[in-house]
Amino acid sequence: MAPLFPQLPKGPYYGILAEFATVPDLFHACERVRDAGFTRWDAHTPFPVHGLEAAMGLRRSPLPWIVLVTGLTGAGLGFLLQVWVHTSAYPLVISGKPYFSWPAFIPVTFELGVLFAAFGAVLGMLGLNRLPMLYHPLFRSKLFEGVTDDAFFISIESWDPRFDPASTRTLLESIGARSVELVES
Amino acid sequence: MISQVTIPPGHPWNRIPVIGVVGALLGAIVCAILGPANPKQFFFSWLVSFLFFVSLALGALFFVLIQYATQGGWGIVVRRIGETIFTMIPVMAVLFVPLLFGLHDLYSWSVPGAAEHDALLRWKAPYLNVPFFLIRTALYFGVWSFIAILYYRASRAQDATGDPAISARLRRFAGPAIIVLALTQTLASFDWIMSLTPRWYSTMFGVYFFAGAFVGFIALLSVVAVAMRRARLLDTAITVEHLHDIGKFLFAFTAFWAYIAFSQFFLIWYANLPEETIWFKARLEGSWKIVSVLLMAGHFGVPFLYLMGRDVKRRGWTLAIGGVWLLAMHFVDLYWQVMPTLHPEGVRPSALDVAAFVAVGGSFVAAAGWLMRRQALVPLRDPRLAESLAFENA
Repeated sequence: MAPLFPQLPKGPYYGILAEFATVPDLFHACERVRDAGFTRWDAHTPFPVHGLEAAMGLRRSPLPWIVLVTGLTGAGLGFLLQVWVHTSAYPLVISGKPYFSWPAFIPVTFELGVLFAAFGAVLGMLGLNRLPMLYHPLFRSKLFEGVTDDAFFISIESWDPRFDPASTRTLLESIGARSVELVES
Repeated sequence: MISQVTIPPGHPWNRIPVIGVVGALLGAIVCAILGPANPKQFFFSWLVSFLFFVSLALGALFFVLIQYATQGGWGIVVRRIGETIFTMIPVMAVLFVPLLFGLHDLYSWSVPGAAEHDALLRWKAPYLNVPFFLIRTALYFGVWSFIAILYYRASRAQDATGDPAISARLRRFAGPAIIVLALTQTLASFDWIMSLTPRWYSTMFGVYFFAGAFVGFIALLSVVAVAMRRARLLDTAITVEHLHDIGKFLFAFTAFWAYIAFSQFFLIWYANLPEETIWFKARLEGSWKIVSVLLMAGHFGVPFLYLMGRDVKRRGWTLAIGGVWLLAMHFVDLYWQVMPTLHPEGVRPSALDVAAFVAVGGSFVAAAGWLMRRQALVPLRDPRLAESLAFENA
């Protein structure tokens, strides 16, 4: 179970929040923040922006591997369950076929593979995103309310090795931020 | 925006028609030499190759119709490849003609008197008789050629005029055309393949034929798209994003084929009714069983795992390997459907299999290559072309 509240390192600040007016501004700012070597930061937009993950330098999500492993696990468990039931736990002769009739096991194997893959996809996505999360320090910022409306943000966390309240603010202002503020933890 | 929309003079692809014609002639000569000594083998070999190429053309027709019906944007840059391939349907009608001389060799129900001592064949005789079979076959080719030529001509006309009303008209026609195609294709698969075992029943066979045909066409599309990029044709228009989507189609319909193939087997295996099981019994005995297992692993298991990854679909050469592999498996699938009627004792490969494939395939490639030289390689003024060129996977 993911924690409902973020587990954050102690410190006076959560980090720094910069607002950008347009998607291109945000896009170029992300490239600059990426190139400046920051690692603990995020971009926030009211709608999905194509190509932003490249501008941010995000790695590919490990989610496909989680789905593959959970899907194969589900299919394997489904098959083994039926083998056990039909050959040892409760063997019945069904329409004159052998106890171990693998074609009869395929539908359940397939369904459990799909079911577990879906669980892996949804729960894996939630886990990787640390969701559900009921509270986040960024909600302290009045400015941040625009994130569901018409504003674009970059937040840099204070425990990023390159973070410094003064110089990071200067950097964000120099790359086109409309306003910059420190967010308390 | 698009670098090379026609095959330039001196480009190696200009030689494709000549290569095809040489292949067709060589294949035909070998068939003419070996065929008379073994006419039954010739007709069965020809039938397999005919089915292989006609199924690719039918898969192409479905692909283009579904793009129109759904107003798909991404596939416009590869639509002309599909249009070229389905325009081969009239060519396939000509290549059906040799089979007319072997109906008695191919289809046991067509032999005069076959139904006399067989209650089931007597019951089926109002459908399975030679005149009605020929009328139906003529009807299939008539209907398919009509749809194919209508779509090809309209698309080419739009190259010249850029009239968006053409797209709207073809879109309205696409839904009904898909229904007509589904019905005729189902009956054609009953007539040409199922009736080789005239006592057999399977209501699923039409879908099975469609699934194989569509996998076959998408596999061919992936190979042609990659080959065109390599040959510096449309190499700026067909991007990695388009290859990725073709790969997704290939992956999805490989799974769909397996779903349909297994469903057909599963219900027949479970119910265990003699008039249904005869077909699979013939394919699970002797060396045909090896081919059955090969199809399970090669037409589903291996390509399913191979095509699952994102990078495999986005690198041209890895996608093309998957395409070539599935084309080969589509051929094996049809071979496995047809040949046990001739060789119930086991797999008996023949030089005529190769000769018929080269003859039919050479004609197909020659005609398609000839058409490609005479046209733009993309629908130049389709209203959605810009959308397709800019397409990106999320």
